Amino acid sequence: MSRNDQVWIKRNYENCSGCRRCEIACALYHEGKIWPEASRIRVFMLVPGVEIPHLCFQCDDYPCVEACPTEALSVNSQTRAVNVDASKCTACGLCIKACPGNVPHLHPEGNYIVICDLCDGKPKCVKACQEGRWNTLMPVPREKEVSYKTLAKTPKELTHEVAKQILGEETAKEVID
Amino acid sequence: MRGYAGKFLEIDLSNRNIKETKFPDEVLRDYIGGRGLATKVLWDRLGREWETVDPLGPENILLVLTGPFTGYFPGTKVCVSGKSPQSNGVIGSTVAGEFGIDLKCAGYDGLIITGKAEKPCYVFICDNQVEIKDASPIWGKKARETLRFLVRKSIEEIKDARPNYGEVKEPSILYIGPAGENKTRVAAVVAKYAHGAGYGGYGGVMGAKNLKAIVAKGFGPVPDVYDKEKTLSLAKGFSELNFEMERFRRWGTGGGGYFFGAETSSEPIRNWQNEWHNKESYKGEEFDKYWVKKNWGDFGCPTTCLKLAVLKTGRFKGAICDNPDYELEAYLGTNLGIFTPEENIYLSYVSNELGLCGIQGGAVLGLAAELYEKEILTKEDLDGIEPEWANVEAFTTLAEKVAFRQGIGDILAEGVYRAALKLGEMKGVDLLKYAVHEKGVAIGAHGVRSGKDFIAKNIAYACSVQGGDHTSTASLPLDQGSGELSTIMADSAVFCVFAAFGIEDIKMFNFYEAVTGWKLTKKEWYNEKALRILHLQRAMLLLGGPDVKWKPKADDDNPPRFWEPLPSGPYKGKTLDRKMFEESRLEYFRAAGWNENGVPKPETLRRLGLEDVEAKLKEVSLIK
Repeated sequence: MSRNDQVWIKRNYENCSGCRRCEIACALYHEGKIWPEASRIRVFMLVPGVEIPHLCFQCDDYPCVEACPTEALSVNSQTRAVNVDASKCTACGLCIKACPGNVPHLHPEGNYIVICDLCDGKPKCVKACQEGRWNTLMPVPREKEVSYKTLAKTPKELTHEVAKQILGEETAKEVID
Repeated sequence: MRGYAGKFLEIDLSNRNIKETKFPDEVLRDYIGGRGLATKVLWDRLGREWETVDPLGPENILLVLTGPFTGYFPGTKVCVSGKSPQSNGVIGSTVAGEFGIDLKCAGYDGLIITGKAEKPCYVFICDNQVEIKDASPIWGKKARETLRFLVRKSIEEIKDARPNYGEVKEPSILYIGPAGENKTRVAAVVAKYAHGAGYGGYGGVMGAKNLKAIVAKGFGPVPDVYDKEKTLSLAKGFSELNFEMERFRRWGTGGGGYFFGAETSSEPIRNWQNEWHNKESYKGEEFDKYWVKKNWGDFGCPTTCLKLAVLKTGRFKGAICDNPDYELEAYLGTNLGIFTPEENIYLSYVSNELGLCGIQGGAVLGLAAELYEKEILTKEDLDGIEPEWANVEAFTTLAEKVAFRQGIGDILAEGVYRAALKLGEMKGVDLLKYAVHEKGVAIGAHGVRSGKDFIAKNIAYACSVQGGDHTSTASLPLDQGSGELSTIMADSAVFCVFAAFGIEDIKMFNFYEAVTGWKLTKKEWYNEKALRILHLQRAMLLLGGPDVKWKPKADDDNPPRFWEPLPSGPYKGKTLDRKMFEESRLEYFRAAGWNENGVPKPETLRRLGLEDVEAKLKEVSLIK
């Protein structure tokens, strides 16, 4: 897989319907169950109508992998996704702190971190989103010129940004702050 | 047991006692969940003294129940029930949102809430951590503020309980606005901004219990099903059907504003004085100018028929609401003489903020406006408000009065039927002819007079055990896919009927079996189980009380307005044929196993194993 074949999941937050079919698809693939909290993509709805699908941004320098003291995290050389070795993870939470978007989260029952692994290059969440023609999640080739790290933001930060876009600045302020 | 978490939470607000409750498999097999199970619980616990139970008293039971389809059927709802302050019977009232999913993921199939808290409270559920918390900071607060407070506070608390978890997603919340707090009978139980369980008046029941909100967060999976592959494959098929419904996906029911008015003459105009309009301004295209989200759906929804509308400019700037669906287009629009989408959106927003049911609240505003138009109510009677048709500001002020039960609002807060009774007494005239309701429940925005509406036919409301509820209408034959017994399935297994368009009955029963592992034939459902639930609802509706009782047959009738000929439009002059109506009604009674007066026959009750219902109906002389 050359860099141009590598997929990056582009998100158009304003389009997200909040249907969570991405969460369902992800959890079914990774856990064999419908399990929203175990999904590697989680749709935050801190304000009704402002839904934020939140998943790994795949920064070029992978601060989460850097921060991991037990080498539980690694970068998949094929897909560039972060792979988690659950057996090595101690759930210390350092990867979450290192992540500019606070993306990794603990598995709700197991004591290890979960991060989007791009389903080996064919992300199920994207398929579910495309199937419904919501066009929130779009697979795009991973490009050299883009700094993915600058896109990485926390659900709160993203909610503020998107709320301003879709509700208008004043109204957004009123419903959030 | 598959498809169920297997346990329910029972919360007594009076003594702050919280425990887990289980129901035997047989009960779940017979009553499924949601509306069916609510009916069973209410009958078992309150049936003996039903006539004395005050729906707005601490003795009422509030039920919030999921069903086995929750999480698996595309889209999701949760069913709210109890003794209804509108009909004094039982209504299964469903609301969309993720609440049912969070509750299931927390490990519960439902909530049974009894008693009354000493002070305003809310219930907080995070997996097996269940607490009754202080709601004084949000008591009196409207929707936005209530949500903002609860989301923020709950996330902090969940973070404390799960350090190192990472970002915590918001919980799901059901809450009431001032309309519920003040025990109005027109208050909804609300989710998000404007998803509401409005029929029934259960917002008022929550208020009467001093219960501002229920917050749920679950970290577990949705319960396992019996045959996962089959369940998922059927669900995939259902979704595919929905994906193809372009029109419905685009407009949702909100595409109906112009259609039902102009084409079928079945949309309420100015308190149902008319049902026809040809205002092009009320087309879907006009509404979508205000959408900021063209698709808005809840967990698993393939249709996303809701849209989010925001007014970004103009005099109503800042209003946010679920873009009015057809019902709100009608009841907070045409029925008040309002024909501009912008004003309709604004009034919907006002109604949401107050926690009013758009239908029941809108209906009572329409009644007040007609009485004002007819000079039966004066400006003085209305605390200086002049609710002329289309006067958005006047309706806004009046809605506030209703929600806070101030002045005239205190009477209007009783809903169209009781308000018409009280105002009639005050004025010494019969005002019931202006109250468009069925057994205390304002009728959904589908009139029966033209005969062209796809839901509302002659006996639709008159024979329904949910009164004016347009989602649960009576029709013949009993076993047709759109009739009341079919709705009992939707409200009990708990799924969204809008995600079930075009799906044959048989697939629903197959889905039920794939989820639960329990076989259920169409015959068994329509001839036995659904009928049993219907009978319990009918019995409690007829027992009624304490303030209002319905007479079988006499009250199984359409409201007077529906017997007035339509004054305009392509169906001008048309109304129901009395003789045909009575024939249909008699046929319906017979089909349901009721006598010619609409009272369940002892032999039917016995066949359904409802001997205790028979005994109770004998005790009150409904059965000789």
